[in-house]
Amino acid sequence: MRLGLVIDLDVCVGCHACAVACKEWNASGTTAPLTDYEPYGAEPSGVWFNRIRHYEVGEYPHNKTINFPMSCMHCEDAACVTVCPTGASYKRAEDGIVLVDQDKCMGCNLCSWACPYGARELDRESGTMKKCTLCVDRIYDTKLPFEERQPACVLTCPTHARMFGDLDDPESAVSQRVREREGYQLMPELGYNPTNHYLPPRTATPIPTENMGKPGFKDRLKSLANKIVKR
Amino acid sequence: MHPAFSVIFFTVSSGAGFGLFALLFFADVLKLGGGLSGEQIAATGAIAFFFVIGGLLSSVLHLANPKNAWRAFSRFRTSWLSREGVFAVAFFPFAFGYLVLSWFSLANLEVLRLLLGLAAALLAWITVFSTGMIYGSLKTIRQWNTPLVPANYLALGNFSGSLLLLAVAAWAGLILAPFAYLAGSMLIFAALLKAIYYFWIAEPGAGPSIQTATGFTRAQVRLLDAGHTHGTFLTQEFGFKLAREYALALKFLVFVIGFIVPLALLIMTSGKPSLTWSALITVAALVGLFAERWLFFAEARHVVNLYHGSQRC
Repeated sequence: MRLGLVIDLDVCVGCHACAVACKEWNASGTTAPLTDYEPYGAEPSGVWFNRIRHYEVGEYPHNKTINFPMSCMHCEDAACVTVCPTGASYKRAEDGIVLVDQDKCMGCNLCSWACPYGARELDRESGTMKKCTLCVDRIYDTKLPFEERQPACVLTCPTHARMFGDLDDPESAVSQRVREREGYQLMPELGYNPTNHYLPPRTATPIPTENMGKPGFKDRLKSLANKIVKR
Repeated sequence: MHPAFSVIFFTVSSGAGFGLFALLFFADVLKLGGGLSGEQIAATGAIAFFFVIGGLLSSVLHLANPKNAWRAFSRFRTSWLSREGVFAVAFFPFAFGYLVLSWFSLANLEVLRLLLGLAAALLAWITVFSTGMIYGSLKTIRQWNTPLVPANYLALGNFSGSLLLLAVAAWAGLILAPFAYLAGSMLIFAALLKAIYYFWIAEPGAGPSIQTATGFTRAQVRLLDAGHTHGTFLTQEFGFKLAREYALALKFLVFVIGFIVPLALLIMTSGKPSLTWSALITVAALVGLFAERWLFFAEARHVVNLYHGSQRC
């Protein structure tokens, strides 16, 4: 099994709800707390597992805003695990989730240096490295209803831009979606083989706005009223 | 990369200490300049220990959670940081045995003494090599991911060690010429390697770009918003930027204070510097090495910057 996320860049609206839901769930999860520094001060900062960036792709008039959520990619060849000297960073054999054992981490930052995706953030308060757990404390919780056994970010996404599933199984919904939509990995040239995939924006056919036909009775009445009443 | 003082001090200091110890052993075997006495070897070893231990303690200061530092010896098979720790600790019993046997100069244990010294000298070099490989093995930083990095660490460690050894020889009143030649050749080798490294990193490599980072490989990509209010761990750790002119000025400083001034002083004293002069040469070289190490971190550009707006790294 190789659990991970598939993120649809075509429908992501960049609302940051996934980041907020992630923070809410994980602030009391297995690697809690996610410390905030000066949350109400002049320079608010803190630990987050999920960050959303916004890009402009192409040049005007052929440009488009792309909202780009990023969290741990749960790489198949996770360099962060290889470089870890204490064995605190590990990749689970059963489902491929990359985790940090908070009791073993010595806070040397080397794993964050090895990660190209910026998925790891040091918590200055606990002195340990923290990262996306793929809500490991949620997806296997049999006390939750079956449909809620998904990462918090996936559940909360209002546009269903995030999907969770097994990318090892070619017939899983996420694998099918990656296949149909030509999903891709980020920075494949580094060879980390990230599990998370991104679905590119689709090219939508423009909706015609010219030659819409003769106006109906309602529209003619409206335009007449507009002529009489000065607004 | 953010140039952290603890790591800069650690790599410079332990590099000099390990370099001094390894060269001390070979100077002892070859009886360079007449050969150091047992007590002098032990005293020089203590100086090397001072530099190494000072560096290792400084490296612990870099940790955010040092109470787990003892666990760093556990992933010897995969992590270069773990290997560095294991080799550094393995160095001490051999080195200590060599120094103790040198101190008592027992003739019937000479073979054991030399074997212990050889093991310690090799472990010293392997440790410095491992330090370089911690950085050299990171694919995320183009400026580091090169065999030149461990080569530079070894060359600079041996260079600073050879200057310390020259100072020791001046203090011990030995024939200084072989020590001066050793230091001079180490200096030229290290300076050449460093120059190659600086020219190499100046070439824009075919590494990741903002296009491969986002997957939009057929269009221009521009960051509109990084998605955080103030800085994050990522911007603090990786966002450090150094102006090109400033970097160039520092490189001149590295070469002038680190290499040219020591070489000029060596030539000026015609290879026979007094203790004061050799100490001055060593201090100049170490100042140059601190600047070099600061630049090594400051010039490294981590690929996560591509997600914060950099077009290339």
